[in-house]
Order: sequence, then structure tokens, then C-alpha cells
Amino acid sequence: MYNYTDFDDSFVRARTAQFAAQVDRRLSGALTEDEFKPFRLMNGVYLQLHAYMLRVAIPYGTINPHQMRTLAQIADTYDKGYGHFTTRQNIQFNWPKLTDIPAILSDLADVGMHAIQTSGNTIRNVTADHFAGAAADEIEDPRPIAELLRQWSTDHPEFQFLPRKFKIAITGSCTDRAVTRAHDIGLRMVRNAAGEPGFEVIVGGGLGRTPFVGATVRKFLPKADLLPYVEAVLSVYNMLGRRDNKYKARIKITLHETGKEELSRLIEARFAELRPLFGGNDQVLLAQITAAFSTPDLRKADTSAFTAFYKADPLFRSWADTNIAAHKNPDYRIVTISLKKHGATPGDATSAQMRLIADLAERFGHNEIRISHEQNVILPHVHLSDLPNLHAALRGSGLETANVGLISDIIACPGMDYCALATARSIPVAQDIATRFDELKLEHDIGPLKIKISGCINACGHHHVGHIGILGLDRAGVENYQITLGGDGSETAVIGERAGPGFAYGEIVPAIERIIAAYLEKRTDPAETFLQAYRRLGLGPFKAALYPDEAKRDAA
Amino acid sequence: MSRAFSPKVVTANDMRSGDVIYLTADDQWSPLHAQAELIENEAHAQLRLLDGQRAKNAVGAYLADARRGTNGPEPVHFREAFRTRGPSNYPHGKQAEQTHV
Repeated sequence: MYNYTDFDDSFVRARTAQFAAQVDRRLSGALTEDEFKPFRLMNGVYLQLHAYMLRVAIPYGTINPHQMRTLAQIADTYDKGYGHFTTRQNIQFNWPKLTDIPAILSDLADVGMHAIQTSGNTIRNVTADHFAGAAADEIEDPRPIAELLRQWSTDHPEFQFLPRKFKIAITGSCTDRAVTRAHDIGLRMVRNAAGEPGFEVIVGGGLGRTPFVGATVRKFLPKADLLPYVEAVLSVYNMLGRRDNKYKARIKITLHETGKEELSRLIEARFAELRPLFGGNDQVLLAQITAAFSTPDLRKADTSAFTAFYKADPLFRSWADTNIAAHKNPDYRIVTISLKKHGATPGDATSAQMRLIADLAERFGHNEIRISHEQNVILPHVHLSDLPNLHAALRGSGLETANVGLISDIIACPGMDYCALATARSIPVAQDIATRFDELKLEHDIGPLKIKISGCINACGHHHVGHIGILGLDRAGVENYQITLGGDGSETAVIGERAGPGFAYGEIVPAIERIIAAYLEKRTDPAETFLQAYRRLGLGPFKAALYPDEAKRDAA
Repeated sequence: MSRAFSPKVVTANDMRSGDVIYLTADDQWSPLHAQAELIENEAHAQLRLLDGQRAKNAVGAYLADARRGTNGPEPVHFREAFRTRGPSNYPHGKQAEQTHV
């Protein structure tokens, strides 16, 4: 993976020292909160419901064992022994004291990590396919481009005061695991007629208050044009994006107010101006970065241990059936370590779990770790013969749950248990759903199903693109949960349809059970997934199941 | 006739620790909701809010609805109730620090 150059290192340390001085001035009373807030937001520090929160960037979800151990040490020294991996591949510490944050940032700088641009109206952490560099269906590893974008966007003087935050996602595969169509800019690697790799550029996707699937403004952009093109998009947005209304400030609104044709024209015109200014240094830099992302030396070894264990051990078989994915090398697999033990908080890892993951990445995973936007941890390169030992090492740690892609593999934002913006809780809803379907022993029968829960309209839990989406709201001083159905965050992205009136906190798990019962009853066969069944049947039968009294009234 | 004023407390977060705090009648900040000054007059509420906003060690002071309880003011809205305790997924925050609550 990419290691900091001397320039990166001195930049991050200078920023850490600068912020430490700002914290000192705040503590002494020299800075008011209004003066300090823009500084802390430039360094990932939020003030949440019960405490400060520090959001640390994990660029494109890639992290090494040494860095993971530092996160564990920070969790033990300055927090409450755990961290929360987020839907943007970051990690959040929920309990740091302001007085400790400079020391935390210094510890992070020691291992090439930071919290810069994890908040504020800037270009945020670039997210990527968590199987990048390993996936069997990949054209190229997209992370060198993501790292190039990180370096270009960090402290970019033109883009420090955008109308609103700006999120970029990138994938090198035809299978979209990075939700590119729901980002301000989504970059999907494709090949042109000559077989050369380039990018489909999608602009103006986003969830939140006004959810939109992004529009393709360029079907094929040569790789060498990527940086000036992205700069052109940002430049046009920076000029046109609304600063008068926070709720209309994202590029998705710019796209809809300006029109795709006109926005594309403006982007292309700006690109024509910018392209000649890029003299090739970006490509020299990209070549250097790309060298840092080479595939590790994969070994050739006997794979019969995998087959033997797969036949003999039902627990291993169940885990292997759900938690491993195809690797570009047929003797290897991509392992997803679930952070969704039934009843646990989605995305949370204790310091002991972080250390175990670091150890296992060293023993079995060529020192590579990824964080997924689905709040799980990935070991991208594990030899088939090592899978039984890896599984055995996970057992008893709370990390061995065989549920990736199933109903209990729920994305949930922190919700009103932590977040100052939340209107309702989301974590306990996720815990209750997972616990209930574990009791019913139904989740493997139900098959692939993505539930996504947000505790407010800002949609950090991506509920609009959940096959079942849950949105927690405050209705007259009581938590209330709206259900959307049929959402999809993949290459066939769709915003889910709202099913009807919301449910009280105590009614939400039974409501989900009714949806699932309707699906199990109506699917053609177990191979028809929930999403396929929904697309075939539409909202009708699920709505009838959700609101049985209403269905009875209509029938009468 | 104007609508009846619903009682309030002034609440904020501690500047150093981030902990939830409440303005007391004697101008202290307490971590306990029950020790907050229950403000039952609108004009006084605005004055106390200004006091809270001027305080150096408090961040983001605002007025929150509250009601008289047996041991002191109690929160009305569920958000404020969560702020008196901490998160529901772990025994962290005030609920861990104040076993007598």
C-alpha cells in the first residue's frame, strides 16, 4: 500500500501542530467556540450528543496492521476501548476529550494517518470498492487514482470552502460495491472499444433529504484526463452551487436546477480550459503511486485443506459460504470479517478485536486490511489453505459471524445514541432486528438482503438504497420509523419506495418480520432474492403485509 | 392570550470533556439534569440562556423543555432524556458515572 512520502509526513505533522495550537487557544479562552469550530471541523472533530467525536480518515478503506494497532491503542488510551467503522470507510472515536485530541492526532501521524477533511465543506475521504486490488471482476485497482485524488484534494486552495461537502467514490469493477451512483462524483472503470481502461463519470448522486441516482456526464473518460476532469466538475460546482440554502447546496441540486445537458456543457468547457494546464506531472505521480499498490507475492500451495475442512466442519462451511468472495487468483479468496455479530453494534470493533485483525492480516493476509462502507473488515488476500486456520482464530472473538450479505449484516448510522443531528436511534433497531432473525434461524433461508438504517434524513445509513430501508424520525416527540423498499446501491442503483406511514419503536421489528414473511411466501423459489421478488411483484404485496388492517379495510 | 410558557433548563456541553452539563440556579454547571435551574418564566429563560451562552467553559448552550419532578427537573423530550444517560448500546456516559441516577 501507499506509504507517506517525506512531504506527506511533514504536511500532516505541520497540520497536527497547527491544530494543537488552536486547541490550546480554545482551552485558554483566546478562541470562542464560533472561532474554533471551523478549525476543529477541518480536523475531523465534532461535538456530538454526549461528547466530542473524532473522525479519522481511512483513505479508500485501506489500512495496514500497524495502523490498526495504533487505532486499538488510541481506543484504549483516550477512548472507551473501541472504535466505530463508518459507512464512509472511516473510523470514529465517540468519547475523546478535547484536551487529548492533539495527542491522538500526533499518534495517528506517527503511522501515516490523519483526520483532515473528514468534515467540513471540502472534498471528503475518497471511498473505493473494498475488494479493490483483489476482486476477480476488476479491470484495474482503482486505489492509485483514489490516492491521487486524496493528494490533489487535500488542502486544495480552491476547494476548501465549497458550497457543501463533496464525496467521491471509485470502483474498478463492473460490480459496483462502492455505491458510485449515490455520490457527488462516482467513477466507474470501464473499457472503450479499443479495450483501454477509462472511467464512466457519474455526477449528482446523493441520498439525504433529496435522494437522487447520479447522471452520467461522460461515458468514457481516458484515465490520463481524470484529474483535470474531476477538477472541472468541482470548479463548475464551486461556481454554481447554492450557498444561500444548505439544503439545496449539494451538486445533486445544482444538476437538477441547471439540467444535465447544460451542466455537462459547462464541465466540458471548463475541462477544455484545464486540460492543457496539466503538463503530465499528475501522470508521473500516478505512476509512482501505482507502483505502491502492486499485488503482494501470492503463493502457490496445496489447497486440499480447504476442501477437507469445508466437507467436515459445518461451522466453517457456513462461514465460507457467506463471508468469502472470489479473488483474481483462483487459489485465493477475499475474506469479509463481519462486525455484525447478532445483537452487537454494527461497525464497532473493540481494541482486542482490532489487534486480532492486525495479527491475522499479518499471519494470513499479506499485511492488507480494508474497511468496507458496509461497516465490515476485509482481508483481501487469503490463500484457500489458510481459511480454516483463519476461521479457527476468529472463533470466540465475536468476529466469526457467518452473515455477510444477509439480513443481520445491517448498515446503521450512530443515530441518536451518539449523533447530535439524529432524530431517532438506529443502533438498537439494528441490534433488535439481527437478534430476532437469529432467534428465528431464518437468515440463511432468506438469503441476500440489505437492511440499511438512518437515524435522520441525512441518510448516513444509506437507507434509500437498502433493499429494506429504515429512517428514524421524531414525530411529535416520539421516535417513528419509516420503511422504504426496493432500494439498491449497486450498479443497478434505485432509490427505494416509501411503503407508507411509519412505525413506533416497538413496532419496527414485527413490521420487518411481516415483510420477510410476505417475501418467503411469494418468492418463486429460494433462488429468487428479496430484491428480485420486489422487482417482480412491486410494492403491493409488501404494503399489504405491512399494513394488514388497511388491507382488510380495502377488501371489505 | 399568548400560549403558556413550558418550563425550561439551560443545557450545553462542557468545553473540555464534551460532557452534557446544566446551568444551576447559583450559576454553576452540573452534570445532573436534576440539579438544573427549572425556569418557568420566558423573560428569565432568555436571560439565563444569555448567561449560558456567555459562559467560557460551556459550548452550544440552549433551552430545553423540562418539567418538575420528585428529585428536581426532568427532561420532556426523548433526546434530552438520552442526554441525561448516555447511549443505549453500551453502559457509557452518565449512566456509568452516576450509579445513583
